Amino acid sequence: MLEIKNLHVKLEDEDKQILKGVDLTVEAGKVHAIMGPNGSGKSTLSYVMSGRDGYEVTDGAATLEGEDILEMEPEERAAAGLFLAFQYPVEIPGVGNMTFLRTAVNAQRKARGEAEISAGDFLKVIREKAKMLKIDADMLKRPVNVGFSGGEKKRNEILQMAMLEPKMCILDETDSGLDVDAMKLVSEGVNALRDAGRAFLVITHYQRLLDHIKPDVVHIMAGGRIVKTGGPELALEVERNGYGDLLGEVA
Amino acid sequence: MVAEAKMTATEDRLATLTVPAGGGWLGRAREDALARLKAVGMPGRRDEYWRYTDPTALVAPSPAISTPTSDGDPWEGIDTITVTIDAAGITLPDTLPDGLEISTLAQAGEADIHWARDLYGVLEAAGSRPVARPLAMLNTAFAADGLVIRATGPVAKPVHIRTTGTGDPLHHHVVRVESGAEVTILKSGTAGARANTVTEIDVADGGICHHFRIQGPDHGRHVNTHLFARMGASSLLKSFTLSANGELTRNEAVIELLGDEGAAHIACAAFGKGDFHHDDTVWVTHDAEDCESRQVFKKVLRDGATGVFQGKILVKDGAQKTDGYQISQSLLLDDDSVFLAKPELEIYADDVACSHGSTTGAIDETALFYLRSRGVPQKDATDLLVLSFLAEALEEIGDDALREHVSDRLADWLRHH
Repeated sequence: MLEIKNLHVKLEDEDKQILKGVDLTVEAGKVHAIMGPNGSGKSTLSYVMSGRDGYEVTDGAATLEGEDILEMEPEERAAAGLFLAFQYPVEIPGVGNMTFLRTAVNAQRKARGEAEISAGDFLKVIREKAKMLKIDADMLKRPVNVGFSGGEKKRNEILQMAMLEPKMCILDETDSGLDVDAMKLVSEGVNALRDAGRAFLVITHYQRLLDHIKPDVVHIMAGGRIVKTGGPELALEVERNGYGDLLGEVA
Repeated sequence: MVAEAKMTATEDRLATLTVPAGGGWLGRAREDALARLKAVGMPGRRDEYWRYTDPTALVAPSPAISTPTSDGDPWEGIDTITVTIDAAGITLPDTLPDGLEISTLAQAGEADIHWARDLYGVLEAAGSRPVARPLAMLNTAFAADGLVIRATGPVAKPVHIRTTGTGDPLHHHVVRVESGAEVTILKSGTAGARANTVTEIDVADGGICHHFRIQGPDHGRHVNTHLFARMGASSLLKSFTLSANGELTRNEAVIELLGDEGAAHIACAAFGKGDFHHDDTVWVTHDAEDCESRQVFKKVLRDGATGVFQGKILVKDGAQKTDGYQISQSLLLDDDSVFLAKPELEIYADDVACSHGSTTGAIDETALFYLRSRGVPQKDATDLLVLSFLAEALEEIGDDALREHVSDRLADWLRHH
């Protein structure tokens, strides 16, 4: 699904190399987790995949189902099936949550040459999906993320994901700022989307989230590289011993 | 003493105009306005009040626009009582709902309607102190067409004043909202190549008036408008203007809160590009206790467009417990556009809460990325952020259906511009 080869990335405005040769392949139907200490380049990887400004790819490649995504605009990547759940979802006053979502769904459909979804059908689908995430009618009507609690914002991200039905989902520290109940809700939302044709890349600091969203593969990232790859047991090891031991071992 | 150049400009302009026929109280009001105009002269570049907007095109003997454009009806789809004013004159509706009286200015001039007599040119004259508003004086002196509207109870449907034309019209409307009455006035249309419109609104104790106006989106027009409002105790005025494109627009609002616990909200959402100059000049006077005023002015500018805001809150001695709010903001979509803001507070009472702010900014890149990452193309994402920016001004339209109508119009125009 997502194939990243020897990816080198620096900040556009600064002479600062962040990613120093990332190799990563996420297969369809699988959940990969990336863990790593602060500043290891995890979030940068998610931003570069989704096309945020401010980064320069100096070497390497990234493809989604064989298509080069690095040359695409963010909206083209989204239409191609890539989705990033933000660590800090953005507030957009004056634009209703539902209006925003319908605009996004229809924009993607249009880009793929599909017919727009009717208002009636859209309402039916969104109500059903919102219910599972315990998002009420009021939250759907309110401006995007404005006045939402941390948990509500993250649930709203998962609702967007459920509505857009991407192939490749990147979750950037979706567990940050969540209490135990909210984490369960969010995880259930993600698990409901697990599918043979869909892949996940879950970025997190903590093993906690991975108790709920069980990964197939766990990667440890440090210093702009993937330094270790293993099964779910690797996450438990991090939880027990911290990154220190692991990184020492690699060095 | 009026400077010579100013005097010449005034004489040149006056030479093109004739005071409409008919004497009576209306004739006297016109004579009075003409005398006041002659004493101050037409506005010139050197006037402090016109520092940011060149009045030349508004003052010249004839309009500078050679190909005025005509707009479609932006309120189409809303059930209204519509009055049209065009080259053929005024067409009044056949039937009116309860609580509503409408006549033409000419009809009112022939009858001795005491409340109209007590308003026409009166609020304008009061609003011309301490700052002269000569274009409004000119209007009072020479306007032949206009509506005289009175609400005596809750009016079931909005009144829509639709003006169309290609000339150089002067329209003057007078609105009286009686105690306990509520009326919504909608306006639309490019009245001409150059339009000068004055609206005087008198809201009695406990009366409610909504004044929603759509200007544009066609570009070929020079417009100056004045809204004068006098607010009684516990009365409410909500005025919102959507202004799209237009080479030159100057909208002045002069509001006097004269009764305790009155409230006046004035807002405008404007957007334009290139050869676009949009000026909001507002003066709100608090002259009673416990009154509330809000000024919300937002402009979206691109390709070298210019936005101007001159807004004042004057709190007179004794106007205790005043709650005044003023915000003027611009969103500049490129480096070539300019926003000039002059917020002013003048407070003579000691127990008041007044806040004001003015900002100028670009599109929020993080928000833009957020929208694009969801698949919304850059142009549409920018439009959504423009809508987001203007939303606070639209909030002044309390009626959900009307607000959504305006929001849809705006979204539609943004898509096509």
